Amino acid sequence: MSYRLHVNGQVHTVDVPGDMPLLWVLRDSLGLVGTKFGCGQALCGACTVHVDGVAQRSCQLPVSGVGEGKITTIEHVGTTPIGARLQAAWLEIDVMQCGYCQAGQVMNAASLLATTPKPTRDDIRSAMAGNICRCACYNRIEEAIRMAAGLDPADDAQDEEKAHAV
Amino acid sequence: MRSDRRMFLKASLLAGGGLALEAFVGAPARAAVAARPAALTAFVSIAPDGQVTIVGKNPEIGQGVKTSLPMIVADELDCDWAQVRIVQADADLARYGVQVSGGSMSTPTNWLPMRQTGAAARAMLLQAAAARWSVPATELATSKGRITHAASGRSCGYGEVASAAARLTPPAPDSLRLKQPAEFTIIGRPIAGIDGPRVLRGEPLFGIDTRLPGMLYAVYEVAPAHGGRLVKADIEAAKAAPGVRHVLPITGDGNADSGLADGIAIVATHWWLANQARAKLAAQWDLSAAKGHSTERYRARAQELLAAGDGQELRREGDPDAALAAAAKRVSARYGYPFLAHGTLEPQNCTAHFKDGRIEIWAPSQTPARGRELVQKMLKLPALDDVIVHVTRAGGGFGRRLLNDYMLQAAAISHALPGTPVQLIWSREDDIRRDYYRPAGWHGFEAGLDAAGRLTAFTDHFVTFGDGARVTRAGTLTLTMPPADLIPHLRFTQSQMPTVLTTGWLRAPGSNALCFASQSFLDEVAHAAGKDLPTLMRELVAEPRVIAPFGGRGVPFDTVRAKGVIDKVLQSSAWAERAHGSRGRSGEAARAKGFAFYFCHHGYFAEVVDASVAGSEVTVHKVWVAGDVGSQIINPFGAENQVRGAIIDGLAQALMGQSIEVVDGVVQQSNFHDFRLARMPITPDIEIAWVKSDHPPTGLGEPALPPVIPALTNAIFAATGQRIRSLPVRLA
Ligand code: FES
Ligand code: FES
Repeated sequence: MSYRLHVNGQVHTVDVPGDMPLLWVLRDSLGLVGTKFGCGQALCGACTVHVDGVAQRSCQLPVSGVGEGKITTIEHVGTTPIGARLQAAWLEIDVMQCGYCQAGQVMNAASLLATTPKPTRDDIRSAMAGNICRCACYNRIEEAIRMAAGLDPADDAQDEEKAHAV
Repeated sequence: MRSDRRMFLKASLLAGGGLALEAFVGAPARAAVAARPAALTAFVSIAPDGQVTIVGKNPEIGQGVKTSLPMIVADELDCDWAQVRIVQADADLARYGVQVSGGSMSTPTNWLPMRQTGAAARAMLLQAAAARWSVPATELATSKGRITHAASGRSCGYGEVASAAARLTPPAPDSLRLKQPAEFTIIGRPIAGIDGPRVLRGEPLFGIDTRLPGMLYAVYEVAPAHGGRLVKADIEAAKAAPGVRHVLPITGDGNADSGLADGIAIVATHWWLANQARAKLAAQWDLSAAKGHSTERYRARAQELLAAGDGQELRREGDPDAALAAAAKRVSARYGYPFLAHGTLEPQNCTAHFKDGRIEIWAPSQTPARGRELVQKMLKLPALDDVIVHVTRAGGGFGRRLLNDYMLQAAAISHALPGTPVQLIWSREDDIRRDYYRPAGWHGFEAGLDAAGRLTAFTDHFVTFGDGARVTRAGTLTLTMPPADLIPHLRFTQSQMPTVLTTGWLRAPGSNALCFASQSFLDEVAHAAGKDLPTLMRELVAEPRVIAPFGGRGVPFDTVRAKGVIDKVLQSSAWAERAHGSRGRSGEAARAKGFAFYFCHHGYFAEVVDASVAGSEVTVHKVWVAGDVGSQIINPFGAENQVRGAIIDGLAQALMGQSIEVVDGVVQQSNFHDFRLARMPITPDIEIAWVKSDHPPTGLGEPALPPVIPALTNAIFAATGQRIRSLPVRLA
């Protein structure tokens, strides 16, 4: 089957079975490898993209179900103000370790900030609970989201981690 | 850590001008090392425009080595970090020597050679500038990639004299003056990971992102049970499935542990189509080898072995039997822990392209050079140079990618399809079911206390897996496990049983399990003696001394450094104020702190966990960490990330129900719903304190992990009175 997809402001035509998840269309048909495969079962969030601005697990979204939806991936999210702020915050406090989950984390966080510009600690923790970071960069992911939201990074956290030398 | 192998430097002119400086370790003149080629440990070049290029030698798996090792070179070079570009090296044992990211060894083995290389390049640039201006080099100063002569007011960038420097003879590494820590401008500064911006733009970096013209995607279906062999396969239906190009039954070498497993490769235009076609395979497997291999049975057998007696003696000091017989108080308990999977978030994958008798490979491997040799052997290629291994960034390692099974599979598939690049990707289910698991283990401990409450005797009967002759990978007992060497009477014994499961190293191998068992048991011993674990541990390390490793191999244990981190964490966590916590009244959460200490991978760590328990729910509020990894934290950003990651990793092992269960060799878990990883809501606050000591810096990928598990279980005991003697934590 042939599908017309709106991805990152461009229109692509792909010829794939309708039940192929969007993840594999992005990665293997369009060469957009920023969106990652982690579990294939909506359990890890590595494959998160936006469809019309809303975070979706692309491993569970058949290409036939995308329709006219506007897809944004990590390759393009930096062109949005929220995406750019998140990327800057991520780099400023060196959030990542291996980095494999981080596209999904940023996409999910961008979707959160779009609906909840000033999230509480609980808002962040529940919105991000579906995104696994195997390297466990969670403290800094949370902090970077607060920074990007213009909140005091340490404010809501109990005692912010301090490293002090003896 | 200290190497007596001599380092020498070689300078050459860069193509296009500029200085290229290579550092080799291993003096060819010396007989002992002549058999081993000299290995390039560092490579730095300075272009005429001032750009500094440093080769990142070891695989980047998230531990930050691609950033931290070049930081060491750049600091002694005294350049501007913004001028530095880092290039990842291919796997090349002859050229680079060991390129392993494992065992937290990247930092200790590279600290000195990296510094000397940077310092040598700087000295040559100075010498070149001195010659140009006809002034003594001693009158010149450097800063941020520029050379200045204060007296005459002259200055130039490194690039301007780089070509002239390339014609000079490099100085002897030992003659170089290295910076004092106070002079460091890059080391010790928080520097963001070098690949960060590219990761955040979604650029191709990871193994799974490799894209080659005409590339196809593959899955590799293996037997449902470990140790299974392929009998026959009906592949016609799978061949006819959408997008499928090839279906290839592949007979392995029967060595499931380090060789190629039997399997059926499905190769298609899209990975998902290859994976879908697996349902259409009709294969017959011989699963007889795995009959009876079930974790239930293993557990029962372990208890029988513990009951049956002591097993084989591994180490004895003093007279433990007499000491136990004479003890005023004896404490005994059994502990156990399960098999664990690694679950790197990037599934195992490898891209291979066999063409004209040579194979090119792109792999996220922690031991790429080892994989390269295995591929050459498996494909019977005439020369090692017929195998090229490009090292990609890896989406997590944790020890899983120290083994190269997926590389062999990709090579075998590609070899069967000459001219077509193939990317093999494992599904998450493949990954959970075919790991090199952290082996399960059991301990029967006994301890004797004298009338004064001092620990005098300690015995451990360890039950592990093995075939009688050999213990399974990562299933050995550490013979220096505390309180060994700290008390007069000790015995370690071992029994084994066979397993068909492949086992391997998981972050802080050995220690991640041994620390849980031994530090939890010592907490019991401390309570029996009427004190707490930190008090007991402080008594054991009270005498300042450096203890040589048992058997002469390994790392010495420094009681002063141990005491340093114990004292530090007691202070930072205000241990004295709330050591015993508050037992909750009915309905209320009980909350308490727990403590543990361990030494592994050169690092000393003491940790305190503040946790509360409500019913069967455990909440960790805060973890205090005190660590001593030497004189210098090279990159505080990366270092703290490693510690936090290790802490949360350990907590997940205890609290997320992690356990690989097997029935007749078939792994019962399959994905992140039944092998659960930590998620943001369980993340506690983590406070890290570095205790700096006058020792060369060592690695941080591992040593922070082990203590957090017993610190947690000891906190649970303090809060509830329930002893956690097996992992994962299950509360009654
Ligand atoms: S790959 Fe889609 S949620 Fe894990
Ligand atoms: S940074 Fe490695 S999985 Fe998140």
